[in-house]
Amino acid sequence: MNRLDIQLPGLDLKNPIMPASGCFGFGREFAQLYDLSKLGAIMIKATTVKPRLGNPTPRVAETPAGMLNAIGLQNPGLEKVMAEELPWLERYDVPIIANVAGSTTEDYVEVARRISTAPNVKALELNISCPNVKQGGITFGTDPVVARELVEQVKAVSKVPVYVKLSPNVTNIVEMAQAVEIGGADGITMINTLIGMRLDEKTGKPLIANVTGGLSGPAVKPIAIRMVYEVYKEVDIPIIGMGGVSCVQDVIDFMSAGASAVAVGTMNFVDPFICPKLIDELPAKLDELGVKHIKEIIGRSHRP
Amino acid sequence: MIQQERMTVVRQREIAKNIFEMTLQGQIVQEMTPGQFVHIRVSNLLDPLLRRPISIASIQKDSNEFTVIYRVQGRGTNVLSQKQIGDEVDVLGPLGNGFPVDAVQEGQTALLVGGGIGVPPLYELSKQLNDRGVRTIHVFGFQTEEACFYEEEFTKLGETYYVTNDGSKGFKGFVTDLLNELKPDFDVFYSCGPLPMLRALSSMYENKKGYLSLEERMGCGIGACFACICRTEEGQEKDYVKICSDGPVFEKGVVKI
Repeated sequence: MNRLDIQLPGLDLKNPIMPASGCFGFGREFAQLYDLSKLGAIMIKATTVKPRLGNPTPRVAETPAGMLNAIGLQNPGLEKVMAEELPWLERYDVPIIANVAGSTTEDYVEVARRISTAPNVKALELNISCPNVKQGGITFGTDPVVARELVEQVKAVSKVPVYVKLSPNVTNIVEMAQAVEIGGADGITMINTLIGMRLDEKTGKPLIANVTGGLSGPAVKPIAIRMVYEVYKEVDIPIIGMGGVSCVQDVIDFMSAGASAVAVGTMNFVDPFICPKLIDELPAKLDELGVKHIKEIIGRSHRP
Repeated sequence: MIQQERMTVVRQREIAKNIFEMTLQGQIVQEMTPGQFVHIRVSNLLDPLLRRPISIASIQKDSNEFTVIYRVQGRGTNVLSQKQIGDEVDVLGPLGNGFPVDAVQEGQTALLVGGGIGVPPLYELSKQLNDRGVRTIHVFGFQTEEACFYEEEFTKLGETYYVTNDGSKGFKGFVTDLLNELKPDFDVFYSCGPLPMLRALSSMYENKKGYLSLEERMGCGIGACFACICRTEEGQEKDYVKICSDGPVFEKGVVKI
């Protein structure tokens, strides 16, 4: 019996573990290391209508138990992703969640319309939370009315379920979650990175060329857990949780707080084998918890 | 093939001020070539979190050992410098594309120019070039005498010149100042060091074949995270390269530096 399978809108997951968008490219590099079919799903790198070259370097800086990044949504553009990256991924038996980004509503709609027709794209992840681009992204992610309207428009064209990736850089994340649920979102992925800075010790100047970057890694996990916990109580659509997952206990924590599946981000850079390791370690953890199927722990933090 | 291995520290010593030489033993040594690098996790804890990319200074395939030379300049390298003989270190590698040793033929001359902590990868390169019957000339720049290392090792392999910014050892100034006086006769140059040095060399030896090893802050080290991107010169096939997986060594003129 598979004790790890999870069914979500559009997604038939062998297990609840998937690499988070932006931390896994389009899978090619990690495919040199292990069989990608082992993964529950793959959240591919954000795709925009036109190719983007991203921000100047330095783009990353280490912080205590975390890192800042300001890549700037570098990607080869919709045409190339459709013609090269997605067909290449078809050799693996793994559902793809396509991260959709843009500067305008039209951009999002265009990418969503086209990319949702790819045979292996089983869901979209609407990226309204990238903190590292000048226009779009985050502006859609901080205003509930704008977010709801965007989701409505994307839902109208998408052939597959739409998940919305929420930003933690808001005063009230529950309000954002409720807005996208009303807009028709099929699920929520959370959290994206927190805006942060690191200064050069000698000069006092920002270390990252973009000045600010998105903070990720184990340092942000308590914030992510709190937000998943709060959102789970107030929405009925499923949550894919992420933010600093580094070990199997973290997976259990996210699912206890209310996530139905878990994405791994920064730790892919620290230990490129982290995803298959977590998948292998989960059954023993379930034994330890006296649980038959991982589904049983979803939302257990909230039970009386 | 890229592998992750827990390698054992067999030697570690400080060879110049804040410069450490560490030798590790393990199977992935068999796959290494000069100019490649390894990505080292300095601790099993979550802080410091990221791996440290460090170039390979020498490879001893018969004993499954390789050596890195690194400068202690932050928390991560400080933790690394505390490793004792027998300790295990999580190494991902070998990574990237190294120096093409076959770009120069037997009987020809290669000029190796290094700056500071860019010198180490040139050591294995020089050894392999000499094994192929190539004559090597080494010109290395350091800030001061106390930062210099491996003079004896390089001198055994070929003509070796040291340049220091303050003149405390060898020639005073920059490597390009010395090269202007020396006017060495060579067929191919190989270089690793700070960008201004690589830029100066590229224009100085515009008509020569040359290879540059570049450095940038890295995330994953395997080409997935897009942290270490460099723009390419006009006319190249791609707009950008990833230093970690397309490089770190590039032929002169490919990358905009």
